[in-house]
Amino acid sequence: MASLNPPGAPPAVSGGSGELTDHLLNTSIWSDGDVAAAGIPIYDVPFITVGGGMGSFALVDTLKIAGVPSSQIRVLGQNTIPYQTYKYLCANSQIDENTRIRSDSSSVMDNIWGWPGYAVREAFGKRPEGFFKPLWSVFSEPIVADYWTPQAGQVFHSIDREMVRIGWNEMLVPGLVRVIRRRYGGGYFVLHTPPPGTTPTRRVAFRCNYVHVGVGYPGLRFLADLQEYRQKYNDYRHVVNAYEPHDHVYEELTRHASVVVVRGSGIVGSRIVERLLGDREKHGAQTVIWHLFRNYVSGPTGPPRFRRYGEHGFAYQGFNFSRAGWGGTIKHQIEKLEGPERIAFIRSIGGTNTPWRKEWQEGLRKGRAGGYYRTHVGEVEEVYPGENGLIVTRIRSTDGAVLEIPANYIIDATGLEGTTDDHRVLADLLKHGGAGKNPNGRLDVEKNFELRGTRSETGRMFASGSITLGGYYAPVDSFLGLQYVALQVADELANLGFCKKIGPGKSVAGWWNWARNKRI
Amino acid sequence: MTPTLAGRIQTRIFVTLIIGGLWTALISFVLPNTDGAAIGDVYKITFRVVAAMLVLGLLWELLYHGLMQYRWEKDWPSFFGFWTAINEGLLLWILIKADAVPDVPKELPGSTFLVHFVTVWIVAWLWLQGPMKIVTPRWRYRGGRLV
Ligand SMILES: Cc1cc2nc3c(=O)[nH]c(=O)nc-3n(C[C@H](O)[C@H](O)[C@H](O)COP(=O)(O)OP(=O)(O)OC[C@H]3O[C@@H](n4cnc5c(N)ncnc54)[C@H](O)[C@@H]3O)c2cc1C
Repeated sequence: MASLNPPGAPPAVSGGSGELTDHLLNTSIWSDGDVAAAGIPIYDVPFITVGGGMGSFALVDTLKIAGVPSSQIRVLGQNTIPYQTYKYLCANSQIDENTRIRSDSSSVMDNIWGWPGYAVREAFGKRPEGFFKPLWSVFSEPIVADYWTPQAGQVFHSIDREMVRIGWNEMLVPGLVRVIRRRYGGGYFVLHTPPPGTTPTRRVAFRCNYVHVGVGYPGLRFLADLQEYRQKYNDYRHVVNAYEPHDHVYEELTRHASVVVVRGSGIVGSRIVERLLGDREKHGAQTVIWHLFRNYVSGPTGPPRFRRYGEHGFAYQGFNFSRAGWGGTIKHQIEKLEGPERIAFIRSIGGTNTPWRKEWQEGLRKGRAGGYYRTHVGEVEEVYPGENGLIVTRIRSTDGAVLEIPANYIIDATGLEGTTDDHRVLADLLKHGGAGKNPNGRLDVEKNFELRGTRSETGRMFASGSITLGGYYAPVDSFLGLQYVALQVADELANLGFCKKIGPGKSVAGWWNWARNKRI
Repeated sequence: MTPTLAGRIQTRIFVTLIIGGLWTALISFVLPNTDGAAIGDVYKITFRVVAAMLVLGLLWELLYHGLMQYRWEKDWPSFFGFWTAINEGLLLWILIKADAVPDVPKELPGSTFLVHFVTVWIVAWLWLQGPMKIVTPRWRYRGGRLV
């Protein structure tokens, strides 16, 4: 792990408790003296990324390729491995290492160029038997084969290699960031809480000129009626969220014939239903699934040039936004829109949707025919305890008809996220840092992902990930989106003179180093 | 790929002229039915074929772009990028046979054209799958625009 101290910068501490004082808490812009008076040691590092997840990784990877030395970068995060949070959420939502995820072959997290993609690598990794399948699949997608997507494990392993190559651990300072404040004279202070006992004071401050905020999801949300039920009846066992650990549900389903209600018709819902159906096939579970839809998509929607396929309740598309959102006509269109118009457009190319996959279609078709996969459309009115320990969901359809479904388990697979106010660092940025919200309620960023309103003289603050959804780029919460942001930020930092721009020469040399796995 | 119209045009110009051009410079020596011909004379024809590929290709791009609008994802799969060699190659061949391509003799042997056209196409297609992104890391986010 990195020492907190960058080369040649001994921290100055003078008295004080080393704690976050009321004075500091109530002062929006801190002076060096304010921090020193509190007894908090100050470390100078020009660039700090807060979070240490996938977004931080993409950015640090890009900066290292642009030639920034490790000593100029510190990663402040709770986890030691960039994909830890991602892996945890995947595991809960039933995506293990062998499950195929939802991004394309060229969304390669360990390689800013997108080539060689995951499909080509899988082909060479699975020679000779498995050589042609991924290549054919990626060549013929999405016309003959479905979009080819990598297994989660492949993403993890490729990041493991790149982490070592760029010296991630040398830049990592584990711990929890408490607040980010602007500094008198320019730049920022990032107040950090390393693990107890690792530093003489409870807090340390990083004085930097550039900060990146990549804290991921501000929190997870549950459907309000389900959350209410859980609290009221103290039942966290039978009403679960797909993003929290709930393997006990599947274990019990293989032992007792049960009814499960699934709410949510996006990718998470699809995967949960796939798991439930798979357990019937593989482990002899006798589960009956009730899949509840609030908006039931019964066929293709939209005019000819904006028509999305849909069927059996689901809106289908390859990825969470229409593909050109990452770098084509759709991206271009969004960049020209402002305010509510932009939000509406982003919703129209995203919203709740799931990919059309041959195996999934087959499973659902069998389930419908066999009567153990049932769907119902309507608004849930109430969830309440029924007889024999069952939980009843009462739904009203648009025609006024009411259906009551008693079930053993309810799985909330809506994938709802918390708001910026749920996260302490973000709430503080809104209150003290000059940051504002976009019309979608997330952090307002420029096209280059600078956080609007947070400038501090020459200092710049950037953000990436789901907290910026609603800005000029839709797929912010995706691998490729995070890599796009990384390149945008690196370019801006190059404009500011912090690093060199990755032009063709640097790019080719960088790729060559990557191909040889050369430490940078 | 998820091209914009400007991206299509720029990328088409780049790959046809630079990649197609370099490849043509190399392969013209070994094309069928060129034995004994002075390389300068072969180049005169093969480079005009490349020029014709470009001019027609730009027109094709307009059509493809229109068709792409009917795809929800607004992407242009590499699969299309590969197989559109057939329609583009056929049209060019018909035009050559009709003596409608300036300075390309209508007697151009079919095998010479076929080997030249198909290999230029494949090399250009392969270039777009990988090396292009390595030289220009922003290209894939810009709908294929280079400037
Ligand atoms: C189940 C699931 C599947 C997904 N599948 C795909 C996919 O297939 N393809 C795709 O492109 N995208 C996918 N995504 C979306 C996205 O790419 C990932 O969520 C990705 O991890 C987002 O990266 P991030 O850096 O924004 O957040 P994270 O990777 O979650 O990183 C944020 C980190 O910040 C840390 N943190 C938060 N607050 C603090 C603090 N105060 N101090 C220090 N550290 C802090 C957290 O501990 C966390 O580790 C998926 C998301 C989920 C939930």
